[in-house]
Amino acid sequence: MPLDIAQAPHDAGATGPGSNRLAIIDSDIHPAVRSLSDLRPYLSNHWWEYANTYGLRRKHGSATVEPYPKAAPLACRRDAWPEDGGRPGASLALMQKQYLDPAGVELGVLGPLGPTGQGDFNLDFSAAMCTATNEWQREAWTKEDRRLRSAIVVPYEDGLASAAEIERLGADMSYAQVFCLTRSSEPLGNRRYWPMYAAAERYDLPVAFHVFGTSGHPVSGAGWPSYYIEEGAGHSTSCQTAVTSLVMEGVFERFPKLKVVMVEGGFAWLPMLAWRLDKAFERMRGELPHLKRRPSEYIRDHIWVSTQPMEEPDDRRHLLDVIDWIGWDRLLFASDYPHWDFDDPFRAFPAGVTPAQHRMVCAENGRKVYRF
Amino acid sequence: MTSTDFRGAIDCDIHPHVPDVKALTRFMDDYWREVVEVRGIDSFETIAYPDKAPITMRPDYRKADGGRADEDAGRTARALLDPHGFSLAICNCLYAVQMIRDEHLAAAFARAVNDWVRVEWLDRDPRLRGSIVVPIQSIERAVDEVNRCAADPRFVQVLFLAMGEQPLGKSMFWPIYRAAEKHGLTIGIHAGSSYHHAITGSGWPSYYAEDYASQALGFHAQLGSLVAEGVFVKFPGLKAVMIESGVTWLPPYLWRFSKFWKGVRLEVPWIDRPPVEIVRDHIRLTMQPFDAPADPDVVRRTIDQLPSPDMLLFASDFPHWQYDGDAMLPPGIDDTLARRILIDNARATYPRLGGSHAP
Repeated sequence: MPLDIAQAPHDAGATGPGSNRLAIIDSDIHPAVRSLSDLRPYLSNHWWEYANTYGLRRKHGSATVEPYPKAAPLACRRDAWPEDGGRPGASLALMQKQYLDPAGVELGVLGPLGPTGQGDFNLDFSAAMCTATNEWQREAWTKEDRRLRSAIVVPYEDGLASAAEIERLGADMSYAQVFCLTRSSEPLGNRRYWPMYAAAERYDLPVAFHVFGTSGHPVSGAGWPSYYIEEGAGHSTSCQTAVTSLVMEGVFERFPKLKVVMVEGGFAWLPMLAWRLDKAFERMRGELPHLKRRPSEYIRDHIWVSTQPMEEPDDRRHLLDVIDWIGWDRLLFASDYPHWDFDDPFRAFPAGVTPAQHRMVCAENGRKVYRF
Repeated sequence: MTSTDFRGAIDCDIHPHVPDVKALTRFMDDYWREVVEVRGIDSFETIAYPDKAPITMRPDYRKADGGRADEDAGRTARALLDPHGFSLAICNCLYAVQMIRDEHLAAAFARAVNDWVRVEWLDRDPRLRGSIVVPIQSIERAVDEVNRCAADPRFVQVLFLAMGEQPLGKSMFWPIYRAAEKHGLTIGIHAGSSYHHAITGSGWPSYYAEDYASQALGFHAQLGSLVAEGVFVKFPGLKAVMIESGVTWLPPYLWRFSKFWKGVRLEVPWIDRPPVEIVRDHIRLTMQPFDAPADPDVVRRTIDQLPSPDMLLFASDFPHWQYDGDAMLPPGIDDTLARRILIDNARATYPRLGGSHAP
């Protein structure tokens, strides 16, 4: 269980005038709807009726629970259920009391999961649900707490509709990122997704690829595993698939200002993937004339990784080596509040991380990635 | 790195290439010979390793006449085993039996491939050993093929691909592992796909280079499956070798998996010790390719991330173009470790190379 950070000794000074406490930028906070009704004001009669008649239809076939049941109800901290009902992440007051205030969050980027319509079979419904989710974030969250920034949740399987949603909201500075899931139906560098990248680049919005989603394919090319532990660990492979595709398809040649943030897939895999792609590129560059640089160079310039859940080798030097190889300027702190594997910005990092590195990851890097 | 002494080395991954279907029909009965002829079956090759792709064959292994050094044992010996003085080499034939949908056809081809390897390779060079290709389309037939081939002590391993229809830890595969453990065979998992699923969890990538790079992701899944399903709890004598996987992917995945395990042990209660220990004791990795820059310090740091350097097995991956000259090991490996990688670790991994089953 996560520790109660409000009780922690590091919190003694709290934030405020005269405090030298670090102001945290969090790249992964999950607000939740209490129920689908929260979205009702932002859905047309048609889509409200549709949602209640046919429901969400995701590409794993389950109408109710996840096919791989989580390790905790809704994969959430057991202390994060609001006393007045609703699910974890649904109460701004509790989020403030339990996390934003005691952790000293200066800016928190939202990433709505749950019934957002992303990855739904029905693309028009997906688009309508994403739009409703985006309106709801603004009304229920960012207008209520100025530390929070919304995500432009997009129906990513429809590149044109996604671009239209980015165009609709891109000028509103309360939106900090475009939000997709990694388990797309085709690898994310595929040209069907390019309109979305063009729009994101136009508004200087980083595109976040958060783990999860339902692609219709098993989590790897090796077939459907049996257990949640395999699916959960396997999300890092869906991140690798996304990075591979974005690089090899030449997305960063075509959209040279595009910024990509990989969220909740860990990060230790990134250097090894870059090395592997460099070798494949070196051998097969005849197949990839659209690439002007080595894959590792595109990765270094365009990819950021969020920290949570941070890999934990027995020897902390192994993790420090990995971050050295990635670059300390590429990591963005993420709490994943209110999920069960929540990270505390002052406790999650291993010994050996210098105060300057900690400051980069928890605050300075985010300021450069997001248009705050 | 050119100073390594490769004499006596055990090469855990070389690839005999079936030249044409006639090489196999020799080993089929009348019915299957007729099937091959009447149905016009030229060959079963997948899109893995396209014939002319750079990765498929090092340029100096291609002959001016179009012939390939990997098509017969003599040429392979002259190109690889003789000049370096290897003591043994394990033949992993990648003929695409796994791609076939019809289990009867697959069984006929698996049998023919194994007999071809035995007659054309193992019989022709005493340094060669074989991996048993199995018709994974039917567990019962796969077990039959393991039992049939295991009578020949030169077969040291059962061969699977990194991407098949189901993850390899699942209990449906356990009869194969039971047979393998009984015969002192290791489980070899080689890069490659049956192409019965898309190569990635997000569908089919556009480029061959992505296909090749993505093979490492199949190994992530297989490692997770073998550990999570409890294969090594059930078969404590079994070892699984990840062949041509890239190696350096393993520690980051294992860290992630282990952290997850601490949170969700409830789901897999039969896992009675930390995954890192299970992996250390049961998983082995061949070292071509080795995904790291040619920087001795980085190589040493990546090897240090492994649960044990005893997991590393030497392999040339002949004739695939992974390196030039004789840079078969990454830089930064001292002589003591090199000796373990080149010889000792393989003997400890394959009971039939060094243990009581040795021919």
